[in-house]
Amino acid sequence: MAKLPVSVDKIIEQFGPHKSYTPKEGFEGNFEPDKIVKTHCCFCGMQCGIQLKVKDNKVTGFEPWMEFPFNEGRLCPKGVQRYLQNNHPDRLLNPLKRVEGVGFLPIEWDDAMEKTVSEIKRIQNEYGNNAFGMLSGVSLTNEKSYMIGKFARVALKTANLDYNGRLCMVSAGAGNKKAFGIDRISNSWSDLEHAEVILIAGSNVSETFPTLTHYIWQARDNGARLIIVDPRITPIARTADLHLPVLPGTDSALFGAILKILVDNNWLDKEFIQNHTSGFNEAVNAVKDYTLDWAEKVTGVKAEKIQKAAEWWGKAKTSFLLHARGIEHHTKGVDNVLSCINIVLATGRIGKPYCGYGTITGQGNGQGGREHGHKCDQLPGNRDITNPEHRKFISEIWGIDEKDLPGKGLTAYELIEAIHRGEVKGLISICFNPLISLPNNSFVREALEKLEFYVSIDFFLNETARHADIILAGSLHEEEEGTVTTAEGRVVKINEAVTPPGNARRDKDIIMELARRLGAGDKFNYENSEAIFNELRIASKGGTADYFGITYQRIEENMGVFWPCPSLDHPGTPRLWEDKKFATNDGKAHFNPVPFREPSEVTDNEYPVVLTTGRVVSQYLSGSQTRRIGKLVDQYPQPLLEIHPELASKYGIKDGDLITVATRRGEANFPAQLVETIRKDTVFIPYHWGGKQSANQLTIGTLDPVSKIPEFKVCACRLVHTGIKASDKLKETAYQSY
Amino acid sequence: MAVSEYNQEMEFFVDMQRCIGCHACEMACAECETNGQESMIHVHYIDRAVSVQTTVQVCMHCDEPACATVCPADAITKDNFGVVHSANTSRCIGCSNCVLACPFGVPIKFEESELMMKCNMCYDRTSAGKKPMCATVCPSQALYYGTREEIRKRRPESVPVNTFKFGELEVKTKVKIMMPKGATKIIVD
Repeated sequence: MAKLPVSVDKIIEQFGPHKSYTPKEGFEGNFEPDKIVKTHCCFCGMQCGIQLKVKDNKVTGFEPWMEFPFNEGRLCPKGVQRYLQNNHPDRLLNPLKRVEGVGFLPIEWDDAMEKTVSEIKRIQNEYGNNAFGMLSGVSLTNEKSYMIGKFARVALKTANLDYNGRLCMVSAGAGNKKAFGIDRISNSWSDLEHAEVILIAGSNVSETFPTLTHYIWQARDNGARLIIVDPRITPIARTADLHLPVLPGTDSALFGAILKILVDNNWLDKEFIQNHTSGFNEAVNAVKDYTLDWAEKVTGVKAEKIQKAAEWWGKAKTSFLLHARGIEHHTKGVDNVLSCINIVLATGRIGKPYCGYGTITGQGNGQGGREHGHKCDQLPGNRDITNPEHRKFISEIWGIDEKDLPGKGLTAYELIEAIHRGEVKGLISICFNPLISLPNNSFVREALEKLEFYVSIDFFLNETARHADIILAGSLHEEEEGTVTTAEGRVVKINEAVTPPGNARRDKDIIMELARRLGAGDKFNYENSEAIFNELRIASKGGTADYFGITYQRIEENMGVFWPCPSLDHPGTPRLWEDKKFATNDGKAHFNPVPFREPSEVTDNEYPVVLTTGRVVSQYLSGSQTRRIGKLVDQYPQPLLEIHPELASKYGIKDGDLITVATRRGEANFPAQLVETIRKDTVFIPYHWGGKQSANQLTIGTLDPVSKIPEFKVCACRLVHTGIKASDKLKETAYQSY
Repeated sequence: MAVSEYNQEMEFFVDMQRCIGCHACEMACAECETNGQESMIHVHYIDRAVSVQTTVQVCMHCDEPACATVCPADAITKDNFGVVHSANTSRCIGCSNCVLACPFGVPIKFEESELMMKCNMCYDRTSAGKKPMCATVCPSQALYYGTREEIRKRRPESVPVNTFKFGELEVKTKVKIMMPKGATKIIVD
């Protein structure tokens, strides 16, 4: 019965999103705060240090934190405005219950818990334990990520737990494990400073990781050349030394061709290849036919640009290669990542000062959240849930019989598919808004409507939670202590600035209470977040993501500690692989052959235009948080269809015209924004909005066979002019997800 | 007033090519107690149809500020450190002379309050040894607050310029614009 209980308008009226603005005179007491709390931004993987001002147990403003070494006070607009959530009129203050025809009504915690647990038991008794699934997210701290991994397996006893990291960096994780045996960026950001060449593929750095821009410019001031691979001229690409405007879905062809040029010109580190890698010949053999002409034809990038990129990369003494969702959100996301790693390994530039490689993790705890067990195939310390030794080790720590530890479950999108097929009947979610963030979301909505019971833990009523039976009012980032691991592998401390308002509870307390009622209370008896972290330390010990030597005290004293950190006297590891001993079975870094293949959907006569999606600087992911902050909404109020004037002219499209974009999944209308900063065969729509203006109505749900990441970044579409200009009404209401 | 810790060695530099158009500076500026959630710094696209290039305009704090010269109420003053202060609210008559006179288009008249407001280089912060809010948060450091020596070392490929030619009029400013090496003035015809 997970359909909306009343009209969407009525839900929005009560629960928003509403735009919140700071009063002109500031929140009461902001300029005389009771305390100023050092913590971090709640948004992206940079995890910038920030200080929150608190008056009367409310967050009222911020003050830059100059001493935190990564950002030294620097922030993006989201960071500046992040304080507006704790005090927000949409903030959930009570558990809620769905009442048909009425909406969502506040109820007592005891009733909410009782209903939740009785439904879990009913569904599991009737259909089996795995018929109740769990979806989590990596905006959660390490403590919560660890605890949810344990909760799903030990209290809920289901195999079907996965997380929204599945839409984030799993292709990079899988590629890194294949090549290096560890899933982490190889260097801290400070190694960018003296890199001679920086190559960034598929990352709109200045909009999605704005504070990283400073590091890129520092390197450029020291003479670095910047190469950007992106179908659009993004703000970071605008001033780059070389921009390769690649056709979406052809990244591995580009990197394959570059590998061939490196080989043909002998721009190789033969000593490194010989002594510290395996698979070089196979990788080279896979690209032997990838000539410049071929690459130009496939990727749409001019041959001389590819040649120049290869030459700069090949001849450099130091370099840093970074990539993000642009190359990872593909049915060959892992292949794309491996094709990048191949050129890093061929030139041996890793494990040395100013020689680095890595993914730029997107979510706040995208790094730590993917290490400690809330992936469907993983146990803490980045252990493998199918590995008997790993299962035994974790079962002992958790105090359970190994036979009772569920096996590998379904990945996030597969879980939705299983719900749609009627195999999974119940769902608990936290920190995940799949109705906006998953592809082909009409299908996701159909799946949600088939659930017999859905309970959501969240601090706002996000679009997916509109379909819930019970909503448990949880905690914001600033309402619960914990740690997160930043995109550079630095474990940092999140401090509790305020307690949850009203009757909302800390997520940790909600999970503990659910566990108790499910009969596993003795396994979830944590006095505080630090107690969870201390168990995580033990559970990660000896794993590839080893946190054993990291303590709250050490984090606070050192402004973060880089994992792996296996013992209390270990300094942490800002730079991996200095000893050239890789974490693979043979101790070598692995080349992997990457033959090029097409995306799952290519253009044809019916759908002749390439559609790609991404983000804007003022919004974050599914927008559940940022579409509630007035100034961030006003900065970019609605999704626009970026289209090149030449392509637009074929359809008679003018700037501001309302255009129907149709794919095999559905169609939606967007105002056209005519810009010369995009390829002539590709259109772009940002995806932060729900309802009728959700770009993910159009995207395709096909998955990478290894990482199971959906192919958000490329599909085929058709453009149809509606014959009218876009209305202001559309612009004024887009943030609410009608 | 407490003894000012304003450090005259600290200068404000703007490098337009680094601006990523994120608007963090505007959001942070508006947080100031005296700004009433309005920003005194402004970011605009040059021409979005052809480029993502943006420009950021902060008060340039002119040596001979036209805004102060034309103010009939003597509401705008330049202090000993060269900071041109926003209109004194008890004097400002909301006439907009300053809005029209400023060659950089900085002062804005807020109709609701009938007052002109503009950047005072975060005097509350800079006089207490801190950086202005916009230059503190700027994620690309297109807005940079530091010493001349620091910026010379950090950004060897560009030079600070603070002489502007508007037709016949030459204006010198406290705020510097970073230009390619060799540039000495910016000519705006």
